[in-house]
Amino acid sequence: MLRTNLPHLLSEKEHSELINNNENVMVCCGRMGPMCIPVYEIMEELQSEYPNVKFADMEFDIPDARVIRNLPEVRNFYGIPFVIYYKNGKVVKATSSIQTKEQITEILVNYLLKN
Amino acid sequence: MEQHFDVIIIGGGAAGLTAGIYLSRAKMKTLILNDGTIGGQMILTHQIANYPGIENISGYELANNMKKQALSFGCQIKNSIKITDMNLTDYIKSITVNGKETYTANAVIIAAGGRSRMVGAPGEERLKGKGISYCATCDGDFFQDKEIIVVGGGNSALEEAVSLTKYASKVTIVHQFDHFQALSHYVDEAKANSKIDFIMESKITEFIGEEKLEAVKIQNQKSSETEIQKIDGVFIFIGYIPNTERFSGILELNKFNEIVVDNLMVTNIPGVFAAGDCVSKRYRQITTAVADGTIAALSASEYVNNIKITNSELATD
Repeated sequence: MLRTNLPHLLSEKEHSELINNNENVMVCCGRMGPMCIPVYEIMEELQSEYPNVKFADMEFDIPDARVIRNLPEVRNFYGIPFVIYYKNGKVVKATSSIQTKEQITEILVNYLLKN
Repeated sequence: MEQHFDVIIIGGGAAGLTAGIYLSRAKMKTLILNDGTIGGQMILTHQIANYPGIENISGYELANNMKKQALSFGCQIKNSIKITDMNLTDYIKSITVNGKETYTANAVIIAAGGRSRMVGAPGEERLKGKGISYCATCDGDFFQDKEIIVVGGGNSALEEAVSLTKYASKVTIVHQFDHFQALSHYVDEAKANSKIDFIMESKITEFIGEEKLEAVKIQNQKSSETEIQKIDGVFIFIGYIPNTERFSGILELNKFNEIVVDNLMVTNIPGVFAAGDCVSKRYRQITTAVADGTIAALSASEYVNNIKITNSELATD
């Protein structure tokens, strides 16, 4: 399990429930590495700023993370973490590798919270 | 949170956290303002095996331990802030964050650290994570049996090139000079590896690809000739640049934009000290950052105590 202060998705079922029961979801799928840790920390801080978004992580190497690793949106990704943004259960944006707080916030605002 | 501190530290890497530990333990009211991730460049290291007294630890764990230690002594830390205004030249220093909260202090320690240098060629930002990487241990396994390039000629570049041969079928090191800056044993190890090739005196001038990296344009620095090479991935290890842009015109910087300090970490402005990767020095290690942070903290502490003594004497008179 990832050592973060985010809710952890441990199975495909938990992943499915989260994205289907919430309008706006951001999931970071990674490891405890240098490109991933900053993203988890940013998400931990954003949790209180964006109560309308559900934030969660998923360990990249668990078998059930195939639900993210096999997404068509990540087929050209060669860098962790894979960060997936869901609106009403559908992928609306995906990013590969480290992102800044500004980049993440911009995606939250433009892809999840507009309208 | 009160607004005035004895010392404000800008930066929460090894130097900043060490300064925070020393100052707060000395009962100095201390605030660390950090605009990135706590731990700074330290967390980029997966395993640290040469930190004295600790046989093996990840950079993440060491950073977390330092943070806990600083907090336990009463140091306050504000993370993920953005400095929007500051005045370092007045007797009382002031720093405004996020455009709304202003903190003042008798002294400031700048431990702003550095960040990975990018190649700066077209396509780099767009293809980051889609074939371009800055972390071999993070992304190496995506390149199983693929051909990759490693850019750089220092210790990190050569060490990571060797490590990437665990996955890649071929690794080509592209370096801008005709010799390496890395220590000889890293160079020897790379040269002895049959999977590693070298393209010297050359630079990548363009990253090519739509959805993912497909090729790079490489230019020879002597002949200016360019060639396009098909490639699956590029790992970039070309050093760090100091995070000192915001201090330009305020503090004395050298030609590399590093802050000039004396051996007590004193800058050209009274009451402003600097430590860690953002200062002018030759060796950048966690241990040297820790040493800088310690010296800066002791110097700042002495400076603040002298102010307090002077103020107290003036009040008595």
